[in-house]
Amino acid sequence: MSIWEYANPAKFMRTTEGALPWLVGSAAICCVGGVVWGFLTPEDFRQGSTVKIVFLHVPAAMMAINIWVMMLVASLIWIIRRHHVSALAARAAAPIGAVMTLIALATGAIWGQPMWGTWWEWDPRLTSFLILFLFYIGYIALWSSVEDPDSAADLTGVLCLVGSVFALLSRYAVLFWNQGLHQGASLSVAPGERMSAVYRYPLYLSMLGFLLLTLALILIRTRTEIRKRRLAALQARDMRA
Amino acid sequence: MIALLIRDMRLATRAGGGFGLGVAFFLILSALVPFGVGPDRATLAPVAPGILWVGALLACLLSLDRIFALDHEDGSLDLLATAPLPLEGAVAIKALAHWITTGLPLVLAAPLFGVLLHLPMQAVPALVLSLALGTPALSMLGAFGAAITVGLRRGGLLLSLLVLPLYIPTLIFGAEITRRGVEGQAITTPLVFLAGITLAVLALIPLAAAAALRVNLR
Amino acid sequence: MIDLGQYAGTVLAAYGVSLALIAGLVWHTVAANARARRALQEFERNG
Repeated sequence: MSIWEYANPAKFMRTTEGALPWLVGSAAICCVGGVVWGFLTPEDFRQGSTVKIVFLHVPAAMMAINIWVMMLVASLIWIIRRHHVSALAARAAAPIGAVMTLIALATGAIWGQPMWGTWWEWDPRLTSFLILFLFYIGYIALWSSVEDPDSAADLTGVLCLVGSVFALLSRYAVLFWNQGLHQGASLSVAPGERMSAVYRYPLYLSMLGFLLLTLALILIRTRTEIRKRRLAALQARDMRA
Repeated sequence: MIALLIRDMRLATRAGGGFGLGVAFFLILSALVPFGVGPDRATLAPVAPGILWVGALLACLLSLDRIFALDHEDGSLDLLATAPLPLEGAVAIKALAHWITTGLPLVLAAPLFGVLLHLPMQAVPALVLSLALGTPALSMLGAFGAAITVGLRRGGLLLSLLVLPLYIPTLIFGAEITRRGVEGQAITTPLVFLAGITLAVLALIPLAAAAALRVNLR
Repeated sequence: MIDLGQYAGTVLAAYGVSLALIAGLVWHTVAANARARRALQEFERNG
C-alpha cells in the first residue's frame, strides 16, 4: 500500500467516489459553521464590526498560498514520475487558487477602505498577492492555450517551478521596495500580539472549513479532468478504428 | 557557439529583423509620457526612473517572440536541438544575441531619453549601471517565455502575460537603484541584489528554457 | 438581526463578494463535473 497507487486514475476515481460525500459534508459544515460563528462574534474595540471580515480574509489568503504550493508539489510529481493524475490535479487547483487570491484581495480592499482610508495601498503583502494573482492567471492561460495535454502539463509544470521561485523572490523584493500598513501574522505565538480567543476559535474553524472546501473542490475538478481525458482518449480510439 | 551568435545577430540586424525597433519604441514611450503627465520638470523628474525602467522592459518585450519563432518556423530549431551543442547553451547564446541587439542599445540610449524626462544628471551613472546589470536578466527570462510559447497560436499575448510577472523583481531593484541615484543615496545594496538576481537567472533559466523547448519540439 | 454599527456596508459587502465568488466557483465546478460525466456516459453507452 503506497500513495502512488492513487496515481492510477481508476483507483483514484473509485477512492474519491467514496470519500467525496464525507469531504463535501464536513467542508460545508465547517465553512458555514466558521463563517456564521465569525459573523456573530462581538465587535472589536478598535475596528468595530469590520473585524468579522477576518474570517473570510485570512482563510482565503492562506489557501491562496497553500494551493500554489500544492500545485508546485503536483507539478514536481508529474515532472519526476509522470503520473497523469498529478498533472491534472495541478490544473484543477489553479482556478480555485485564483479565486481564493481574488477573495483575499477583494475583502482586503473592502476592509482597507474604512480602516486605512484607502481601497488599495502598495503595501508588500497586498502587492505580493496581486503578483501571485498574475502568476495564477498566466498559469491558467498557458494550460488553456496548449492543445496537446502532455505538452501542456510539461510546460505548465516548468512554469510553475520558475514561477514559484519568482513569486517568492517578488515577495521579498517588495518588502525592500515599500514598508507597509499591513499587520503582521495574526496568529503569532508571541504573547500580547495574539488575538483573543473570541476571534481565534471561529477563525480556526473557518480555516479548517476553507481547507476542506478547497480539498473537495480540487478532487471534484480533478475527477472532471480525468473524465474529460478519458472521453478524449475514447474518441481518439474510435477515430482510429 | 560563436557561429550561432554571429548568425543570430546578423539575422536580427538585417532588414526586417526588427533591429532598432526596441529603441524606437523606447523613444516614443519617453516622448509620450510628458504628454500624459505634463511637461513640468517637477512632475517628470520624480517619475523618470520608473518610466525609463518600465519603458526598457516593454521595449525588451517587443522582440522576444522573435528569439525562437522564426527558427521554429523554418525548422532550424530542430537542427539546433539535434546539434552537438547542448540546447541549454543554444538558449543562452540566443538570449545573448537578443541582449546585444535589443538590451545593449537600450542601455546606451537610456541617458539620452533620461534628458527628455528631466532625469537629473547625477542619476545617469546609476541608470546606466542598473540597466546594464538588469537587461541581461530580462533577455534571459524572455527567452524562457519564448521557449514556452514557441509554436503556439496567439503566443505573443500569452508571452507577455507569462514574462511580465517574472520581470517584477528585476524592475523593483533596477528602478530603486535609479531612484537612489536621483536622490544621491548609496546604491550598493539594491545593486548587489540586482546583480544576484541576474546571475541566478543567467545560471538557471537556460535549463528551464531548454526543457520547455524540448517539450515543444517533441 | 445583529447590529453591525457604522461599518455595516463594509462587512456585508465583504461577505457578499466572497460568498458570491465561492458560490460561482462551486457552481462552475459542479456544472463542469456533471457535464463531463454526462458526456462520458453518453459516449460509453453509444460507442
